[in-house]
Amino acid sequence: MPSSTMTGSMPATTYVSIGQIKSLHEALELPQPGGGCGTEGGEGKASCGTSAGPDDMPPEIWDKVKNHPCYSEEAHHHYARMHVAVAPACNIQCNYCNRKYDCSNESRPGVVSQKLTPEQAVKKVVAVASEIPQMTVLGVAGPGDALANPAKTFDTFRMLQEQAPDIKLCISTNGLALPDLVDEICKYNVDHVTITINMVDPKVGEKIYPWIFWNHKRVTGLEAATILHERQMLGLEMLTARGVLTKINSVLIPGINDEHLIEVNREVKKRGAFLHNIMPLISEAEHGTVFGLTGQRGPTASELKAVQDACMGGANLMRHCRQCRADAVGLLGEDRSDEFTMDKLEQMEVVYDLGKRKTYQDKVEIERQAQHSAKQEALAAASAIKVSEDLQVLVAVATKGGGRVNEHFGHVTEFQVFQVSASQALFVGHRRVDQYCQGGVGDDEQLPSVVRAINDCHAVLVAKIGACPKDDLTAAGIEAVDQYVGEFIEKAALEWFNDYRSRIASGAITHQDRGDAQIRQGAFTSVAEAA
Amino acid sequence: MPMKIIASTCSACSACEPECPNVAIREKNGTYIIDPKKCTDCEGHYDEPQCVAVCPVDGCIVSV
Repeated sequence: MPSSTMTGSMPATTYVSIGQIKSLHEALELPQPGGGCGTEGGEGKASCGTSAGPDDMPPEIWDKVKNHPCYSEEAHHHYARMHVAVAPACNIQCNYCNRKYDCSNESRPGVVSQKLTPEQAVKKVVAVASEIPQMTVLGVAGPGDALANPAKTFDTFRMLQEQAPDIKLCISTNGLALPDLVDEICKYNVDHVTITINMVDPKVGEKIYPWIFWNHKRVTGLEAATILHERQMLGLEMLTARGVLTKINSVLIPGINDEHLIEVNREVKKRGAFLHNIMPLISEAEHGTVFGLTGQRGPTASELKAVQDACMGGANLMRHCRQCRADAVGLLGEDRSDEFTMDKLEQMEVVYDLGKRKTYQDKVEIERQAQHSAKQEALAAASAIKVSEDLQVLVAVATKGGGRVNEHFGHVTEFQVFQVSASQALFVGHRRVDQYCQGGVGDDEQLPSVVRAINDCHAVLVAKIGACPKDDLTAAGIEAVDQYVGEFIEKAALEWFNDYRSRIASGAITHQDRGDAQIRQGAFTSVAEAA
Repeated sequence: MPMKIIASTCSACSACEPECPNVAIREKNGTYIIDPKKCTDCEGHYDEPQCVAVCPVDGCIVSV
């Protein structure tokens, strides 16, 4: 994919699989979840939302998540999603949100370039689905709240089901209106619901939500946060009872809800949530949000990881959310919404061909299986060393897809970060960066920002890198490694790590801890020239 | 004293439109307007003007 299309991505976001959390409380009398590995607890090998396959969950759940890019780490490399901005109104105010702001280079929830009527939205979805046959999921994710605009959201779903019945539907909501609309959600076969839950203690909520609009009144302070909290928990329980898969998004706000998110995780798990996605606060003064204006900062990479790790306790993570725009189109990490503006849609001739889509998706599935098997084989051959030492480091990887080390350092707009030990290499997140190489020339001013973004990594695995940036990375303490070109990432990372260990053992180098890294905020400043 | 939407600050989010008990609000040229003949400040319906209570932009809807 040309790097110039990579405007729709944000770094270092995580899905913590809830099954990994140890419950501290007695089990409550709650509705039985509709299934899913996330609720079984224990030390399951893999959990939902990891790249693992159908062995880890009941078939009906696997069926729901396998082609959903936002629910399956593996699927997001193969299947695309789109959001339609039919729901601009909101019923609460969040201190991290300002929907008035729009910039075409900006990638954040709540941002759109063009609001749509339900009719326009359906036209757009059908056009995109014909053009991008691997587009399997439609979400209504604002820019406001999908359920604060129930008529627009459900009109869109109703019309779409008549024209494109194979597309899965999802919504994203703050939960305030959710309990009243669970019947509607089930009526339209909405497969997946995301609730943004940032607190389970109204005293914390008070600092995040200045007001809600509730029962024809503007309610503020502790009362507002209490009502919102109760509605969120009730809504989640009702969805669980009806078997709707629920993902919880939480915005990590340092000093306000960082440690509290561990409590949030416990409470939502107890109520049957399927996945927990902990995202960093995006906060810049130029966004015009309350937090942006008061100087509330977002978390650093290690602060984010600390909360994520505390929430999941060890094994499989799913960390591929890119906090995309409310009108994003395409694979996660890319945004093709510019190709499908209403003006352009007017010109397109659209024939919705279910059979053609099915054929294409079958092909995608074969490719995906082949890739999966090849990777398993390569990993088995790499035969990780069984040792008890607990040394583990982070490595950044330059990849353009296929699960391999295959991108030039200078072309990267998004590094994948893996946590590597002697026994395993684990995907832990993304780091977005401004592209170092612009039109064939390295931009030395860009390099420090790239270093900051991966400063917690010991090495960066690339397909190719120039001598200059390589030296600068070395000076910063990051080893640039280009001898694993085309290898599967996990295999390359393990091999590099074992080499690293042997160099420490031989005394050639000394292991040193790395510092923290910065999570990139704001819009891209320089894209599109290189391609 | 009917309410008025200050167009320059309106984000056209449409939150006010369905809340108006008098159906006085509609979209016009990319923003929303209140028909002063229909607006009653929600008196007789609610304790506070609904459009003001739901509007995310402080000071966008004012009494004229």
